[in-house]
Amino acid sequence: MAWFKKHKELIPESRKRPSVEGLWLKCNHCREIVYRKEVDRNSKVCPKCDYHFPISVQERIGILTDLGTFKEWDAELEPGDPLGFTDARSYRDRLKAQQEKTGRKDAVVIGEGAVNGRGIVLGVFDFSFMGGSMGSVVGEKICRAADRSLATRAPFVLVTTSGGARMQEGILSLMQMAKTSAALARLGEARVPFISILADPTFGGVTASMAMLGDVIIAEPKALIGFAGPRVIEQTIKQQLPHEFQRAEFLLEHGMIDMIVERRHLKETLSTLLNHF
Amino acid sequence: MRDYLEFEKPIREIEERIEKLASAGTARASVQEEIRKLRAKLAQAEAELYGNLTAWQRTQLARHAQRPSVLDYVGAFCREFVELHGDRAFGDDRAIVGGFTRFSGRSVMVIGHQKGRTLKERMQRNFGMPNPEGYRKALRLMKLAEKFRRPILTFIDTPGAYPGIGAEERGQAEAIARNLLVMSRLTVPIVSVIIGEGGSGGALALGVADRVLMLEHAVYSVISPEGCAAILWDDPTKAPDAAAALKMTANDLLELGVIDEVIPEPVGGAHRDPQAVAERVAKALSAHLSQLEELPVEELLARRDQKYRKMGAVADPRLPAS
Repeated sequence: MAWFKKHKELIPESRKRPSVEGLWLKCNHCREIVYRKEVDRNSKVCPKCDYHFPISVQERIGILTDLGTFKEWDAELEPGDPLGFTDARSYRDRLKAQQEKTGRKDAVVIGEGAVNGRGIVLGVFDFSFMGGSMGSVVGEKICRAADRSLATRAPFVLVTTSGGARMQEGILSLMQMAKTSAALARLGEARVPFISILADPTFGGVTASMAMLGDVIIAEPKALIGFAGPRVIEQTIKQQLPHEFQRAEFLLEHGMIDMIVERRHLKETLSTLLNHF
Repeated sequence: MRDYLEFEKPIREIEERIEKLASAGTARASVQEEIRKLRAKLAQAEAELYGNLTAWQRTQLARHAQRPSVLDYVGAFCREFVELHGDRAFGDDRAIVGGFTRFSGRSVMVIGHQKGRTLKERMQRNFGMPNPEGYRKALRLMKLAEKFRRPILTFIDTPGAYPGIGAEERGQAEAIARNLLVMSRLTVPIVSVIIGEGGSGGALALGVADRVLMLEHAVYSVISPEGCAAILWDDPTKAPDAAAALKMTANDLLELGVIDEVIPEPVGGAHRDPQAVAERVAKALSAHLSQLEELPVEELLARRDQKYRKMGAVADPRLPAS
């Protein structure tokens, strides 16, 4: 099934992501026009509705870890093109363009850092790299992070933002769901904590594997989280979706996550939580 | 009466001509000769057509309304099937069936997607698209099998997990994720067969196994060709191109190291001779199960772990190319 569908003509201008230029931003959630500087000062949080705008991997690492403690691992790992996949463009060309744009080889960063002095293994998805989609490299890096967490017994903290499995690597992308879940199962058996933090948006094969497997699952306010994308569901059931469907608040109400934590409290909450493990 | 697919039209025409001549019931030598010639032509046309199926044609065969289902296989080579129901939390999802049965001399747990055949049954079974309670029923049965040390056989045939409001409310993603996690560590042998459509996460949630087998015309993919075409080509009619690009046929998956064995189908597909297919499936299952039953639990788990850990295409420039 398609988890996220692109229907250019169906997406109203107001629902598109804000452009990075300009003094003003339109909020993805309340659609209010807000002053960019105010949003930046507020940890990229909408002052009107508390929606948490996407932030870069660097900003995320800065928010979560003690200054200067983060060390990246395995940044060199590169995707192959196992299917020789080509649609309107070849997968190789897309990858090259994405790598040039982001300065990264693929859509996840892993490494070690400290949270108020406590050593952790940290993984952060990069939505700007092919929608944070999970292919072989993302799967492999998540497994390596879990393995090192297992070896050092440092808790594994993972921040997800992803459209799901990467179509261009076909069945091998699907298999990353099994591969990462198996690595997390070993971590669980060894009683090493795994904390999953869900950022906007988290969908498809990433939700249906690592994201929902946290010993504790935290989400950012208003984050969209689900298995199937809202448009796919709408087309399938031919009904309007309920208000705030698939938002973090909706998941909390339905018992799918432990808590919603504002970005400015995320590090403190994580630190307090880790004291219990 | 056979259901013919669009691309099977040439076959249908020859078969109809043979039928017409045969039903005339004449013993005239010229007629008999004509029938003989047509039969030869049919065999040749079939060999050509089914020997060179495209990924999209295979997808259609995999979805064929008369394709044998898990319950057909259980009926063909298992005895004493005791179907078990419900997830003990919300409901009984009829898109997934499961229960104890006897298979080649032993008690096993069988679990599979069931699409249904008549329209009424298809609706009751939601066209084989499970809700979370289906996956949770499967999980309950797998744990039951583990508790009593019974091997698990799963049969995969689904368009995918159901994309609905209730499914999201009840945690479709969590249900699938939980199955992947638990299946990777179950202490009994698991063998899966993809018998029809392997629709993404909804299929994989029953498909983490020690051995994964696949019928010749079955397909298994991260996304349906229609879905992929809509997203990447912006045009759902490009599904045949997407099907080819996704490398979703049994032979593709064998090459990619995702499955362990391809089980050949009779000419024209499994529905043309369900008995013959069932025999081959039973033989393959029995052979794999016997091998797995020899292994100590630790070895079984270590191998399962390695099997999935190796999957993927990753280049590490720090390592010399092997």
